[in-house]
Amino acid sequence: MTPLLSRIDRQGWIFLGVLAAACVVVPVLNLTTAPGSGLHVPTYAVSLMGKYLAYAILALSLDLVWGYCGILSLGHGAFFALGGYAMGMYLMRQIGPRGVYGNPVLPDFMVFLNYKALPWYWHGFDLFPFAALMVLVVPGLLAFVFGWLAFRSRVTGVYLSIITQAMTFALMLAFFRNDMGLGGNNGLTDFKDVLGFNVQAQGTRVVLFVLTALALALAYLVARFMTTSAFGKVLVAIRDAESRTRFLGYRTAHFKVLAFTVSAMMAGVAGALYVPQVGIINPSEFAPANSIEAVIWVAVGGRGTLVGAALGAVLVNYAKTLLTGAMPDAWLFALGALFVVVTLFLPRGIVGTLVERLGSRRARARLPGPAPGEIPPALAEEGRGS
Amino acid sequence: MRRCLVLLIAACCAAWSLAAAAQSPPAGAGQPSPEAAYARLASDSYGDIEAGIALLAASGDPRAGAVLRALADNRLLFRPDDRLLAIRDGAALTDARTGAALPGADGLKPVRLNNRVRRAIDAAQGSLNLLAPDAGTRRVAADAVFKARDTAVLPALDAALARESDAGVKRTMQEARAAALLASPGTPEGERLGAVSVLQARGDSEALAILRGLSADPAASVRDAAARGVTGIETRMALMANVQNAWYGVSLGSVLLLAAIGLAITFGVMGIINMAHGEMVMLGAYTTYLVQELIRQNAPALFGWSLPIAIPLAFLVAGAVGILIERVVIRHLYGRPLETLLATWGISLILQQAVRSVFGPSNREVGAPSYMAGAFDLFGLSITWGRLWIVVFALAVFLALNLILKATSFGLKTRAVTQNRRMASAMGIRTPWIDAFTFGLGSGIAGVAGVALSQIDNVSPNLGQGYIIDSFLVVVFGGVGNLWGTLVAALTLGVANKFLEPYAGAVLGKILLLVFIILFIQKRPRGLFALKGRAVEA
Amino acid sequence: MSAAVALQPAPEAGAPAPDKRLTSTLLYVDDIKVTFDGYRALRGLSLTLMPGEMRAIIGPNGAGKTTMMDCITGKTRPDTGLVMFDGRHDLTRMDEADIAQLGIGRKFQKPTVFDSHTVADNILLALKGPRAAVASLFGWRNRVEAARIDAILETAGLLAHRARPAADLSHGQKQWLEIGMLLAQDPKLLLVDEPVAGMTDAETEATAALLRRIARDHAVIVVEHDMAFVRALQCRVTCLHEGAVLAEGSIDSVSADPRVVEVYLGR
Repeated sequence: MTPLLSRIDRQGWIFLGVLAAACVVVPVLNLTTAPGSGLHVPTYAVSLMGKYLAYAILALSLDLVWGYCGILSLGHGAFFALGGYAMGMYLMRQIGPRGVYGNPVLPDFMVFLNYKALPWYWHGFDLFPFAALMVLVVPGLLAFVFGWLAFRSRVTGVYLSIITQAMTFALMLAFFRNDMGLGGNNGLTDFKDVLGFNVQAQGTRVVLFVLTALALALAYLVARFMTTSAFGKVLVAIRDAESRTRFLGYRTAHFKVLAFTVSAMMAGVAGALYVPQVGIINPSEFAPANSIEAVIWVAVGGRGTLVGAALGAVLVNYAKTLLTGAMPDAWLFALGALFVVVTLFLPRGIVGTLVERLGSRRARARLPGPAPGEIPPALAEEGRGS
Repeated sequence: MRRCLVLLIAACCAAWSLAAAAQSPPAGAGQPSPEAAYARLASDSYGDIEAGIALLAASGDPRAGAVLRALADNRLLFRPDDRLLAIRDGAALTDARTGAALPGADGLKPVRLNNRVRRAIDAAQGSLNLLAPDAGTRRVAADAVFKARDTAVLPALDAALARESDAGVKRTMQEARAAALLASPGTPEGERLGAVSVLQARGDSEALAILRGLSADPAASVRDAAARGVTGIETRMALMANVQNAWYGVSLGSVLLLAAIGLAITFGVMGIINMAHGEMVMLGAYTTYLVQELIRQNAPALFGWSLPIAIPLAFLVAGAVGILIERVVIRHLYGRPLETLLATWGISLILQQAVRSVFGPSNREVGAPSYMAGAFDLFGLSITWGRLWIVVFALAVFLALNLILKATSFGLKTRAVTQNRRMASAMGIRTPWIDAFTFGLGSGIAGVAGVALSQIDNVSPNLGQGYIIDSFLVVVFGGVGNLWGTLVAALTLGVANKFLEPYAGAVLGKILLLVFIILFIQKRPRGLFALKGRAVEA
Repeated sequence: MSAAVALQPAPEAGAPAPDKRLTSTLLYVDDIKVTFDGYRALRGLSLTLMPGEMRAIIGPNGAGKTTMMDCITGKTRPDTGLVMFDGRHDLTRMDEADIAQLGIGRKFQKPTVFDSHTVADNILLALKGPRAAVASLFGWRNRVEAARIDAILETAGLLAHRARPAADLSHGQKQWLEIGMLLAQDPKLLLVDEPVAGMTDAETEATAALLRRIARDHAVIVVEHDMAFVRALQCRVTCLHEGAVLAEGSIDSVSADPRVVEVYLGR
């Protein structure tokens, strides 16, 4: 096994460098400069950037399965939201008796809905380690079971896309129900503390941003390790010719399930980091449209590049913030046009196109290569010998 | 002079009575003459008036209704000396007995009312309608009597039954009579048993309530018969509930079919993942809205024609947009299904926002022409006309589409292109045009579906979003490339949904169905009616 | 894991009992039948192959050549009949990956290599060895020495192209890459479907030589239309027709068989 560091390419180093810089520069500009100064980064902007980075993790996780294995999941928003709910449940338990109804155990919405006791699945979420584990386990388990069923029965291509969409749609309907015991329509909100720190406080928000950036870096390293290993090569082989891969003796379903599950866990982490920064999680996060929007982030940045997926998420969401503020009507036109333009004219995305341009220029310079169709000398010789 | 008039009137009355007697079936034994009733009415005594009302109701005089209405409104006048009765209508006076004008009659004073008289009028009006010339009015009256379970109307009922010629109304009257008999404590056991069986035959929830009330009847035979009747009705009602549920399911299934059928062409036959399919439906619904607006402003009389006019227009609008999308975007993406999915999703966002910008985000009012409104009763099933037409329409669209694909040269070329593009091209078929028109056909059908769905759903920019996932699941569940599969899948899912609802609730039922389809696709990835063979496996 | 797959219980009643040849053959195909939507692609095909043997399969289009390959490699499950490998493994009950891991390699009619991978990575993925998902994350396949891959590339004549994406190779080069991948797999039995379709005469000759060399230590089944190529293979020939064996023997005896001339070779 080649050491991990040697597997990071140039764009990877640039990406990690930018993240490291952000981890230093953003907190410094937020905490040390005066609110009036031109260099000041307001706290709301720190959380906004934190949100973008959480989306970037989601995009990265989607790129792992779509870009490398050809699994176009239109349900990754569901894993994101499940991770978010796991974190939200922890944050709800941290409110304690400070809710409107002052019940020390039951969250406000349960008191309102006449719950007598905490539902069984809420137990344990008052402990952060347990909640953190669930952030990984719940999306991972769903992805594992779903993937096991789907990939073993060889559901592929658009069929898989359609049933992943149906999955997140079903979950959305389920979470809208008050009987789920997860806040129904309103979801989970009015959080107070995370690990004893006030979620609204400036310091907490800066720390959450830095943690999100670190998580993104970690997710990138994990994904990079996976995709550059033989495992990743098999994934690409499955993407290009699944049946051929099977005839080589690979149980392709196992590879897909593993990739899908790891990807879902990453999406769960993204959701868990997203929730304390935006202060709410509700069932609309499961909306199929959200999952498809995440796909376009990946497509814009460049699928199969990892760095591109993260870049696409940040760029598209930044554009969304700008446009929905300035011209709310224009946003859906812009997003719709983005889908069309990227698929028609930029199939490799920004990073993919850049890498291809640079790569082909260098390749032309270096490798003339023998003319195709030429018979290898060793074979030709043996052919004559017969 | 006056005497002459009275004689004349009397003669008229007599002539009329004769004519009436000749027209109507033989009168019941106790049927009083109208004149006797009028004579009692023209009185100052409350007792006489009350008796007159009862007599008038029982007489079967066709003017009785008008007279009673006038009396209730305090517009009935009388002249004590010659017992002339007149109805005042504003300034004009008419003879109550004949309806002839009474110019310049004087010495009239109102017939007096008190509460007893008013009650008598109400009862009389009820039983009077039992004798009304219009069968519908008689049925309503009989129903009212059934619900009232008033023993006092028994004589009137008997009289009406004797005259009744319409079998349906007669049955209702018999049921009303049975209900009244059971309500009266003095009815002999034999008649009570007969009444129980009449009610059991009626078999609705009201009959059930009456029969349940008989559990304390003094006669054991009546109690038993009532208990048997209750069980019988309950079984029947459970069956009817299932049939009704099945109908709701078929109705929902036809909506699913309408939404999915265009997709069965674009996705099922051509293999294009058109995520903007729902927006084609939405465009069809907005076309309907525009057609109705134009008709409302320019030719309100044509409103009933708004849907037949909207159907071809919706087909053309959605079809044209479909062809545009195919030529501009989709044709560059053939063979790249996932990219097609993303691009058409983008188109769906653009179309939604475009409609939102033009028509606003709120729901638009699309009216229902008269033939879409109301309901009728079929063997105890309540069927709304709107739903019935949508079921019929869905099946008609389905059959028309089948016909186009199976029996026209365009359909032949379409099938040729989708099965072997290069071969079809080599045989001189213009494959790009076939692609564009087939996609246009699928989109146009979606637009036509939008006309129907505008009648049952909110016409808003989000209309299409609600159908897209369901439509894809229907097509996949039915088996791609198989129109009959789509039909069976739509109806199956519709019926299953409606049967799940009572047990699981609407939302959970829907979730269960989604989970079922997800699991089903694992088991049979190519749907209910999958094509088999080497070509598919390759 | 796959090696532990034991001999399955005797086939269902009605099927003929496996005869004694079963134990000595590498591949034992007995009376397999396949129906696609009413079309009978295989109608009781039987075939045996000894270890190390090379066999050419000929026959007109629709004779069932590819379907037979599909049955052996687990792509298609026969309706009835027996396919035994090494006298122990019932291939009709195993999936493609299991069968490949038993040591049956397949080259498709249309060359299918992994286009986005380099030539070297194509070979790397084919190399014989454990293929579990988790193992491929951390395991030996991440530490394969370049020399091992280069040796195979040299045999396939692609060493100069080792770093190029497979998509950039010519049609013939892709065919050789695929044969190279088969070599890397080191299977006991190779199934090769029309390896010289679309090749020039010189390329065809070179390919025949390569296959003969491989046949020295592997059993090989070659499906081919090109009679000159089949002759160059110098092996036993089986002619299929309408889903069953029509004739079998040396190339001379088969091509002299009047029935073969009638349905396939033409006069």
